[in-house]
Amino acid sequence: MIPSAFEYHAPTSVAEAISLLGQHGDEAKILAGGHSLLPAMKLGLAAPGVLIDITKIAELRGVVINGNVNIGSLTTWAAIAQHEGLRRVLPVLGEAVSQIGDLQVRNRGTLGGALAHADPAADAPALTLALDAAIRVHGPKGERTIAAVDFFTDMLSTALEPDELLTAIIFRPLGAGEGAAYVKFPHPATRYAIVGVAAYIKLNGTHVSACRIGVTGAGAKAERQNDVEQAMLGGDGGDEALATASLRAGEGMDILGDIHASEDYRRAMVKVYTKRALAAAVARARG
Amino acid sequence: MTATEVKERIVGRALKRREDPKLIQGQGQYLDDIKLQGMLHIALVRSPHAHANIKQIDISRALAHPGVVAVFTGAEMLDINPLPAAWQAGGVKNNAVTPRALAVGKVTMVGDPVALVVAEDRYIARDAALLVEVDWEPLPAVVDAKQAAQPGAPQLHEAAPNNIVFEWEAGSQTDADAAFASAEVQVSEPIINQRLIPTPLETRGAIARYDNATSEFTVWMTSQAPHVMRLLLTAFVFGIPETKLRCISPNVGGGFGQKIFCYNDMAFTMWVARKLGRPVKFVEDRAENYQYSTHGRDHITDAAICGTKDGKITGLRVKTYANIGGYFSTIAGGIPTTLYGRILNGVYKIPGVYVHVTGTYTNTAMVDAYRGAGRPEASYLIERMVDRFAAELGLDPVEVRRKNFIQPTDFPYQNGLGLLPYDSGNYEPALDKALAMAGYTEFRKAQAEARTQGRYLGIGVSSYVEICGVAPSAWVGLNGQGWGAGLWESANVRVHLTGKIVVTTGSLPHGQGIETTFAQLVADELGVAYEDVEVQWGDTQGTPFGYGTYGSRSLSVGGVAVKKSLDKLKAKVKKLAAHMLEANEVDIVFDDGKAFVQGSADKAKTFAEIAAQAALAYSLPEGMEPGLDETSYYDPPNCTFPFGTHIAIVEVDTETGHVALKRYIAVDDCGNRINPLIIEGQIHGGIVQGVAQALYEGAVYNEDGQLLTGTLMDYAVPTAAMVPHFELDHTVTPSPVNALGVKGAGEAGTIGSAQAVINAVVDALTPFGVKHIQMPVTPERVWKAIQQK
Repeated sequence: MIPSAFEYHAPTSVAEAISLLGQHGDEAKILAGGHSLLPAMKLGLAAPGVLIDITKIAELRGVVINGNVNIGSLTTWAAIAQHEGLRRVLPVLGEAVSQIGDLQVRNRGTLGGALAHADPAADAPALTLALDAAIRVHGPKGERTIAAVDFFTDMLSTALEPDELLTAIIFRPLGAGEGAAYVKFPHPATRYAIVGVAAYIKLNGTHVSACRIGVTGAGAKAERQNDVEQAMLGGDGGDEALATASLRAGEGMDILGDIHASEDYRRAMVKVYTKRALAAAVARARG
Repeated sequence: MTATEVKERIVGRALKRREDPKLIQGQGQYLDDIKLQGMLHIALVRSPHAHANIKQIDISRALAHPGVVAVFTGAEMLDINPLPAAWQAGGVKNNAVTPRALAVGKVTMVGDPVALVVAEDRYIARDAALLVEVDWEPLPAVVDAKQAAQPGAPQLHEAAPNNIVFEWEAGSQTDADAAFASAEVQVSEPIINQRLIPTPLETRGAIARYDNATSEFTVWMTSQAPHVMRLLLTAFVFGIPETKLRCISPNVGGGFGQKIFCYNDMAFTMWVARKLGRPVKFVEDRAENYQYSTHGRDHITDAAICGTKDGKITGLRVKTYANIGGYFSTIAGGIPTTLYGRILNGVYKIPGVYVHVTGTYTNTAMVDAYRGAGRPEASYLIERMVDRFAAELGLDPVEVRRKNFIQPTDFPYQNGLGLLPYDSGNYEPALDKALAMAGYTEFRKAQAEARTQGRYLGIGVSSYVEICGVAPSAWVGLNGQGWGAGLWESANVRVHLTGKIVVTTGSLPHGQGIETTFAQLVADELGVAYEDVEVQWGDTQGTPFGYGTYGSRSLSVGGVAVKKSLDKLKAKVKKLAAHMLEANEVDIVFDDGKAFVQGSADKAKTFAEIAAQAALAYSLPEGMEPGLDETSYYDPPNCTFPFGTHIAIVEVDTETGHVALKRYIAVDDCGNRINPLIIEGQIHGGIVQGVAQALYEGAVYNEDGQLLTGTLMDYAVPTAAMVPHFELDHTVTPSPVNALGVKGAGEAGTIGSAQAVINAVVDALTPFGVKHIQMPVTPERVWKAIQQK
């Protein structure tokens, strides 16, 4: 429960942070809210030689709604949950992040930190998949944007390069005929997702014209559910359609098993929670 | 109406705990807050294996690390004895193998310490501990209490063939056999009471200082029983006079039993402090606490119950394997025997009961008392079996309980399992009150209606009885219960010249509100201001001997010792008042802080005036000593037996297996009530721990003896948000055992609760043919039980 020794830097600008990343390379880890990295260090699971604390970089903090929704990577869960504008244009975000950890965790933990860490049981990756978010990163060569669907590559692994800093997450606001929801089976000890499912639905009249689903907690990384999405398209989003489509959830995924939920049980729960998330998203899309 | 009934009494009032403000403002002093001049820090080298021989230990690299002062192994500490086994299973042979300060030769659990590093700070000590190289010879491990006793199981200790610590029995096999032979119906069920990790907010540790000039030790410890630790560490471990050790428990951040026991850190900090001539500190981190400090429960049982078709219970047979862990912890022998086997028939009259308990060593953390200690295991077992019995007969479980209750006229009641008689009880009113609060009859209708809509509600009833204030000393110590000492308490009440009062007690609070409750008693008895009473505790140098705070005994034993001192004090006050008023002592009334001649209340002497006279000694009656200062010892004639009924209402999501605890009702009877707020707080916390066992908590080892629930990321301690509002009420059946009529409330919540929840879950799942589910009833277990239909 005592981390090994490390060097500590606290840059005040993105440029300075990237420069430090360049200097220290693989030895360095970015410290944001510290809710994943610090426990890992205390347990001896991580022992970075250099910590680059980005919490002094003001430009990474805050929400801007201007056509799109731009959330700075350092924005905390609490700030997202309490944001009036977000509550209007993207209520699912507040609904989802309010289920993360407890109040103390939500006051410290950040959206960017969670995405960059890519814990297989984190809630936010599922949301970014279902909402088709874009993830903006800065590196020595400038900035680039990565689609959420391309961002999560494996357990605790992302498309972020070692010398890049995740700076913002861009969502599109939901309009009429669109609905999204996040439901989860929380781990009894950590409140991470044993299974978490985010669903997005767009209705064209009475029929589903777009559907995206992100599942977290069940596998090594958060994943879209293309088969379910396809099965939903053109349907009426009724109970029977949901039940049938959600049976395809988790098929083809490598499902994890542990003392809290076996592989078989998790697989079954992916289907149940997919059905529930879709039902809520459809209801919201119907208005 | 007498004068004593008109004045506003403090006893019975829901005062907030006086202990709390400083603690919640961060102004308390816990062990790790204590920093002594020149203090060194200890880090342990612990076994990564559950079972292994230690072939060699190389400390050279650690010793060379900058900032390291010394490195010691167990072999160097063979000049002190292993820790004592203070409570062994009574009346039978115990193969007690206790831990040494550090393990020598072999280890029997993950986390078993084999060497220690002493350094200038904790960080250096930790880093250097990683440099100690141990050559291990890993051995096969066994973690299951029943498997450990089977032929061919890995053997932990030469002194315990087949890993058996003891074989113990209670009741009558003949009577039980007769009951089963003639029974109209019988039901058997394997019942597992899973292992729990107590998880006090503050982990454990010790700081030791040695004064070379006087050969005296001072040890600060996270202990629920500092006087007992002083006795055990001096007389048994170090072989030095008891007078050469002062033990101090500062603020203790929760105990739940885990901090009753004598631990190796107390011994090795003392040994190192003497060796190096500098104070040393050791504090566990959470992972160490989970690996090495004691766990609770862990029973594997085959139970059978029998009776008549109309619901009369006639027999109970219980065969239990109790996991003792890698060594014998301080009072490990008493928990699954006296405190479990002797109360297994609960609140029921059952003619034929037989209990057999086998305690076994396994390659796991030691198991000892955890809140409730034996009684939750007993209460869970009988209350599950009564529900199974009722379900088998198709009878209402409430009516089966009612039919078999011990009746008010039966007290004092001998239960046939070797306890002293139950002191008092009236079980049906508590049951009726709880049923009324729950709306039992209406619930059954709502349940049937909900089932037609595919919703599965369940209700679970638990009527419990437990044992508090275990006593008398001659029964628990001499007469076959195996306890190695006494179980009385003492208290001193001293009045200062100004009338201010100090109570010193061997009891000590770590959440129980002892300062508050004892001050309430004193304020009422002496008629003084509550604020004028200080209660001091925790330091063997300033308090009279006490066996400590556990087993819900501090009020019913320690509080009664205070009451006895107050009675002596009042007698002296009256005698002195008679002298001051120039009256006969028999005519003096002492009431509400004033002494006066009966009928002349206008010419009263105040308590402060009398206290001043006693202290100044200008004019005392012939032969009277100065001062108002009384010490009393109280050894109760019997235990007390609190009881009550708890009811849980749940809804099961049959698609996921999630159990939602919708309502929780508890009607408890702890005898007379001194502070209802403290009682309710104790009941609340107790219920959460019982609900936790039912739904969330469980220590899991893999086959190799690795603790899979080794941190709070895997061991699910529920938060306040995970339990509903508790609906509490009470009945009052005073205990005839003691002068206060009190019984105890510290553990009742835990003892009454787990089975209420499980009975409710099984009730909800009746349509799926589910008869029993092992705890914790995780969503997956429920889902699987439903799937198996």
